[in-house]
Amino acid sequence: MSNPADLPSNLKYTASHEWVKTEADGTISVGITQHAQELLGDMVFVESPEVGRKLKAKEECAVVESVKAAADVYAPVSGEVIAVNGDLDSSPENINSDPYGAWMFKMKPDSAADVAVLLDAAAYQAVVDSEAH
Amino acid sequence: MTLKTTPLNAAHRAMGAKMVDFGGWDMPVNYGSQIDEHHQVRNDSGMFDVCHMRVVDAKGEGVRAFLRYLLANNADKITMPGKALYSAMLRPNGGVIDDLIIYFMTEQWFRIVVNAGTADKDIAWMKEQAATHAPGLTITSRDDLAMVAVQGPNARAKVWEVLPQTRAATEGLVNFQAADCGEYFIARTGYTGEDGFEVMLPKEKVEDFWYALNKVGVKPIGLGARDTLRLEAGMNLYGQDMDETVGPLESGLAWTVDLKSERDFIGKAALLANPPSKKLVGLVLLDRGVLRGHQKVVSAQGEGEITSGTFSPTLEKSIALARVPDGVQIGDTVQVEIRDKLLNAKVVKYPFARNGKAVVSL
Repeated sequence: MSNPADLPSNLKYTASHEWVKTEADGTISVGITQHAQELLGDMVFVESPEVGRKLKAKEECAVVESVKAAADVYAPVSGEVIAVNGDLDSSPENINSDPYGAWMFKMKPDSAADVAVLLDAAAYQAVVDSEAH
Repeated sequence: MTLKTTPLNAAHRAMGAKMVDFGGWDMPVNYGSQIDEHHQVRNDSGMFDVCHMRVVDAKGEGVRAFLRYLLANNADKITMPGKALYSAMLRPNGGVIDDLIIYFMTEQWFRIVVNAGTADKDIAWMKEQAATHAPGLTITSRDDLAMVAVQGPNARAKVWEVLPQTRAATEGLVNFQAADCGEYFIARTGYTGEDGFEVMLPKEKVEDFWYALNKVGVKPIGLGARDTLRLEAGMNLYGQDMDETVGPLESGLAWTVDLKSERDFIGKAALLANPPSKKLVGLVLLDRGVLRGHQKVVSAQGEGEITSGTFSPTLEKSIALARVPDGVQIGDTVQVEIRDKLLNAKVVKYPFARNGKAVVSL
């Protein structure tokens, strides 16, 4: 099970287990956390959102499926999808082996402030810990 | 509610298992990667804790005649000592109480292995029927026994490494045959589509047996891989692919139901009176996605439903068992509704994989 040291401190997180990385140009990359991939197990399928799709915060926008189960992925903030990671079509297992490298999609957020108020590593760890009890 | 545990619970935890609630039992779903465990069994050997399944001994004069009436398959088919038979046990209305395996040991002793979740109702039903039809029989739940399945092309050799004293008695076993080796009851059966043994032994010996197998290279395999292995092998799972609300003929079990002989059995009249309108077929998903239980199947002949679906590590495609209208044919393309989309799937004859290899043609 993960401990606080496993959570990269340069990322933001959501209570629904997405991570968010702010790039130099203000766009964000989104993936699912180590904790989420561990719960789901071996990934076998990723359904990405359409590029150009406008998303509202907390909207279901992608699906990851492991051998065991399917899980929805939610938009961390409102904004537009500007890219999806095509590598995951053929190698969904990258989410297991490198959860913080295997981004699923990139967005241009409507407001940088929305990103700033997402959970930091410590606050997300508290969410994970509370689910374990 | 406290979960039930098997005698291997501590061993699972020591081996890094991720534990889940499986029908009230605290069981390992995997010990790391479910896909690696799947391939381990197809290519080498793996061991499964199946202590939650129940061994039942039926003993006494007339046990064969009783089973001939109790079960949909015909106990008369097994005459070689140790030979096993897979059968459904039906309600009078034809619904499936459970699927089980019986072993013919002597004319006074048949051993029966039933599913975990249904064991109590199975035994209650057997005793109720015996009270009426064979009052001299004893039906005993063998709660003193544990069971481990060792499966894979190298599984038998590994068991012989650990239990060399059983080799002479088990080397000549044909598929679906068991030998009573004193403390160890060893059957050449399984739920993976691979060669191997299911070993029944005293509960207090099972942990040592488990670790001894691990020491000679047999890896522990969780329930996750058990499900993908059995589905690839085209084996039904009780509670998913059939239950008390459907008959065996609509559950892909016609091959186990003997309707031709004069023999009467519980549920026979209902099966004869209600010819099936649906059947169980295999599906392979042609589009990208994963088939899952309860997804709707759309065909030219009407709607059906997936009973079990998963990702097949051997085929690297998604596969399923589905109950569809009788008119659907092997080779047809049907649609499966997944998250409001209709995806194409090909109807195939299952099993999908056996003995390490894919056996469906696409």
